[in-house]
Amino acid sequence: MEEFLQQFINGLTVGGIYALIALGYTMVYGVLKLINFAHGDLFTIGAYLGFTLLTSFGLADKIGPFAAIAVLALMVMGLVAVIGIVLERAAYRPLRNSPRLSAVVSALGASIFFQNAVMLIYGARFHVYPQNLLPKIALNVFGLYVPFVKILVLVASVAMMVGLYVFIQRTTIGAAIRAAAIDQGAAKLVGIDVNGVITLVFVIGPALGGLAGLMVGLLYGQIKFTMGWLYGLKAFTAAILGGIGNIPGAMLGGLILGVVEALGSAYISIAWKDAIAFCVLILILIVRPTGLLGERVAEKV
Amino acid sequence: MTINRKKLYLIAVPILAIAPLVLNPYWTDVLNIVGLYALLGLSLNLIVGHAGLFNLGHAAFYAVGAYTAAILNTVFHIPILWLIPVSGFAAGLFALVIARPIIHLRGDYLCIVTIGVGEIVRIALVNDIFGITGGANGIFGISRPHLFGFVLRSPAHFYYYIWVFVFVTIFLFIRLENSRVGRALNYLREDEVAAESCGINIAHYKLVSFVIGAFWAGMVGNIFASKMTIISPESFSFWESVIMFTLVILGGAGSIEGVLLGAFLIIGLPEIFRGLADARMLFFGAAMIVMMIFRPEGLIPAGKRQYHIDMDRSQGESE
Repeated sequence: MEEFLQQFINGLTVGGIYALIALGYTMVYGVLKLINFAHGDLFTIGAYLGFTLLTSFGLADKIGPFAAIAVLALMVMGLVAVIGIVLERAAYRPLRNSPRLSAVVSALGASIFFQNAVMLIYGARFHVYPQNLLPKIALNVFGLYVPFVKILVLVASVAMMVGLYVFIQRTTIGAAIRAAAIDQGAAKLVGIDVNGVITLVFVIGPALGGLAGLMVGLLYGQIKFTMGWLYGLKAFTAAILGGIGNIPGAMLGGLILGVVEALGSAYISIAWKDAIAFCVLILILIVRPTGLLGERVAEKV
Repeated sequence: MTINRKKLYLIAVPILAIAPLVLNPYWTDVLNIVGLYALLGLSLNLIVGHAGLFNLGHAAFYAVGAYTAAILNTVFHIPILWLIPVSGFAAGLFALVIARPIIHLRGDYLCIVTIGVGEIVRIALVNDIFGITGGANGIFGISRPHLFGFVLRSPAHFYYYIWVFVFVTIFLFIRLENSRVGRALNYLREDEVAAESCGINIAHYKLVSFVIGAFWAGMVGNIFASKMTIISPESFSFWESVIMFTLVILGGAGSIEGVLLGAFLIIGLPEIFRGLADARMLFFGAAMIVMMIFRPEGLIPAGKRQYHIDMDRSQGESE
């Protein structure tokens, strides 16, 4: 039982990270009906920017580890958001009225571009985040010892998700995003700046993805330029699992995927970890073809 | 369109026929790889271009064909050429089993499922499923093709083997395009609902195109296995599926000539950018974006189908 709970918490932590990345996929898909294959690489860029900022300024010594991480997170989110806006302008906006598969190839091209740009700048080797940044303590949660960094990641990702959910559901700008996702033409007619909404989506999604990159750096300590595609693929799986275009679905999908993976690798086989995740996805899609929370879309007639 | 096509092949075939006589073995082998990707692209084109199914896991069927050939050849010593249809059947059967329950999924859902299938196959191969795939090292010692006592060995031998296969495929696929199945697929891609209301069983035709595409990829897997004599899971990664998908869309989905051009570009561009050393994939990625922006329909878009009805002919005579 104790091992089960331990694995469950591990799964929730990773799942929180998947969910943060999945939000970027699902928001972009919701508004543009485009799978942003470069999103996983924005996540990698977040991890590497976090590494650079962390090692070059020595913020942790000046203002303490917690303030340093908070400042760092804001900087990473801001920078990755700028890259996200540039990506949308350069690679997606010119293709908005083209066949959908062309935009997918453009996204794949952007992914290759970013991945190789990171490799050329930082080199192909692993990079190691500074250790001893966070206090190496484990907290006692109901008799389980959970490392502090995991709690931090879990709390931060849940806070981000709740914040985003409230933003989307309760604010006027959130309503505009929802309107643009349902029908762009009608949204324009009632005076919503759809281009502005799309830009905003490319601010929020990449910012969350970049934050997830920073979290992975802090959690595992090791980053590599190719890591984006596996995390991206998992997060995309999570988004589909929950029903793509659906924001709570992405959160739920991420957490479920993380837990299934952690339990699967603990009780079945670690070598089959990724295969288990995809098998669960396929089984769920056979039963529910539009994902767990995806609404039944009427076929156009 | 047909005249154009005839001229194109009248020019292209002789040039390709003498190419290995003037090229050195390195470039001949590059053309061999172009040929293999052209075949894979043509098979994927049936699924993506004709049926409009979003398949980003085509490498899985390629892998099934290659491993079927490799295992039957190394364990039972069956000549590799005899195994070409067997590889095709294995891949086609696998596609049928996989696709049957998921063929009705909407575009992007199908995309992630095919990616997932591709990954599951790769992971299964790495983990030495059933103890027959050789794990991460793969299978080696696959025999060369024997043709009437002649062993295909050098790049030039394989060149003719692969490119004859390419042109046979092109011929068959042009026939397929204009067959009942091909016309049904064309209709289905243009408008699913209208096609269904005209009595076209869309799930059936989608499945047919998926299985034929997989069958062909399986046969190409056999050729690949006999060419390399050693295969390992890394030859069938997600990246391979991305290359196949990209060359189809870049060349022009649904267009046979487009796919051929796409294969030349996808394999050729990184060769041309080789002078840029480490930065070549950076330029390749940028080139993909730029080409899509300027030619969103692909370099050679599929033309509109035109069927000529000859009113003067007597009714009994077929066109």
